[in-house]
Amino acid sequence: MQGLDITAILLNPQFAAMLAHGFQITLVVAIGSWILAMSLSLLLLVIRLTPSRIADRAVGAYVSYHRNVPTLVQLMLWYFGIFSLLPSALQDWLSTHYAEATFAIIGLGLCQAAYFSEDLRSGLRSVAAGQEEAARALGHSYIGTMRDVLLPQAFRNALPALINHTVSLFKNSSLAMAIGVAELTHAVREVENQSFRTFETFLIATLVYLACSLVLMAIGAWLGRRARPAGAH
Amino acid sequence: MLVEIIRIVQENWLLLLVGQYPNGPLGGIAATLLLSVLGIALAFPLSVLMALARISPWRILRAPATALVYTMRGVPLLMIIFWGYFLVPLLIGRAVPGFVTMVCALVIYEAAFLSEVVRAGIQALPAGQMDAARALGHSNLSAMRYVILPQALYNMMPSILSQFVSTIKETTLGYVINVPELTFAANQINNRLLTKPFEVFIILAIIYFIVCWSLTQLANWLERRIATKRAGPGSAQGTDFALPGGKPLAAEP
Repeated sequence: MQGLDITAILLNPQFAAMLAHGFQITLVVAIGSWILAMSLSLLLLVIRLTPSRIADRAVGAYVSYHRNVPTLVQLMLWYFGIFSLLPSALQDWLSTHYAEATFAIIGLGLCQAAYFSEDLRSGLRSVAAGQEEAARALGHSYIGTMRDVLLPQAFRNALPALINHTVSLFKNSSLAMAIGVAELTHAVREVENQSFRTFETFLIATLVYLACSLVLMAIGAWLGRRARPAGAH
Repeated sequence: MLVEIIRIVQENWLLLLVGQYPNGPLGGIAATLLLSVLGIALAFPLSVLMALARISPWRILRAPATALVYTMRGVPLLMIIFWGYFLVPLLIGRAVPGFVTMVCALVIYEAAFLSEVVRAGIQALPAGQMDAARALGHSNLSAMRYVILPQALYNMMPSILSQFVSTIKETTLGYVINVPELTFAANQINNRLLTKPFEVFIILAIIYFIVCWSLTQLANWLERRIATKRAGPGSAQGTDFALPGGKPLAAEP
């Protein structure tokens, strides 16, 4: 076996470009699905807050499905299953317009929305009931109470869980390789195939994933400290 | 569509259940469950050791355990699986079945996540427990063994069960290195039928949902039961009692 030599990969323009491109796609998938998940989770939260029992049940079922079915299976169902049900004109159009990445973003986003909305819900539940009563007593409308008093506190309470799940989402973007998205893990396998430098290639990718996750965790810790109200411990 | 789904299940139920067994390796739901059980059962003792290392006063124990936990939390499981795929054969000098690689990857990954659950469970016990055990003449280690751990592990049963559900979901990644488990079996069926991908993958999703949802419900029931018990007699229902150990870290989905 050759000696461990990371520069053999990093200094090779072709391999470096393949890895950089993979990382770019990883970021596109992760950020795209994060935005989708966050907007959808707020929508789910709003639906759940309405007094309708049916709406509550429906959101409950949505969350239950996404938490109890493996993410990889959800991605496969989207990319292989639901894709095949679409009208063929749309299928053709999607095939020429990054169908894999689109379905990866949809699949990961919908799945993570379930986790985010549960985080926000428990964040909201842990805001003391007196806060709402006090805000209403001070003349805030329902919307005003939500926006100015309850939701900011709920977000703060939910922050550690939201960051944890953001890290999960980033890590789960690697699953997109299973439906053929050319993201970082996919690029690593290709570089490994061509360079025969298995350890170096995997080491680089592992360090990239680790560095990004640690940065996310550090940002979370920093936000957590900043968001804490003065005087609280 | 429903008719198609029923027909596919009728024709392939054995493949979904046990894979090619006994004419080939064990697969399907049986392999998925075996992988998860082995993963959790082997990871558990390791996770207790890692948790003890994480809270030990000695830096030399604390630092490597902490580094391992952060690495596992920061790297996708798929990466760990690929590492095992290339490293394990190199370490033992011969080819290993994908099943073994998968178990190794799951054990190390789950041990890191479980150790955080165990640590939280130990730290959630009132400090008085340790003080009382020490005052009764227990050494640090025997207090841990006879007083702290039994209580902590009892409180953590729901979290451990949730971690088991996560592990079941994670075994799907075995598909990527051709481990014959449930997802692999479904893909086999899909490759043979070719024209019914939606039906095949919805069946797959339904099976996982039934298995994981039942276990999640069991974990919730256990959590309520333990909370009521911990709250003690004479107290109200006690369902709002904050459970020591709390929610497990997200190892999923």
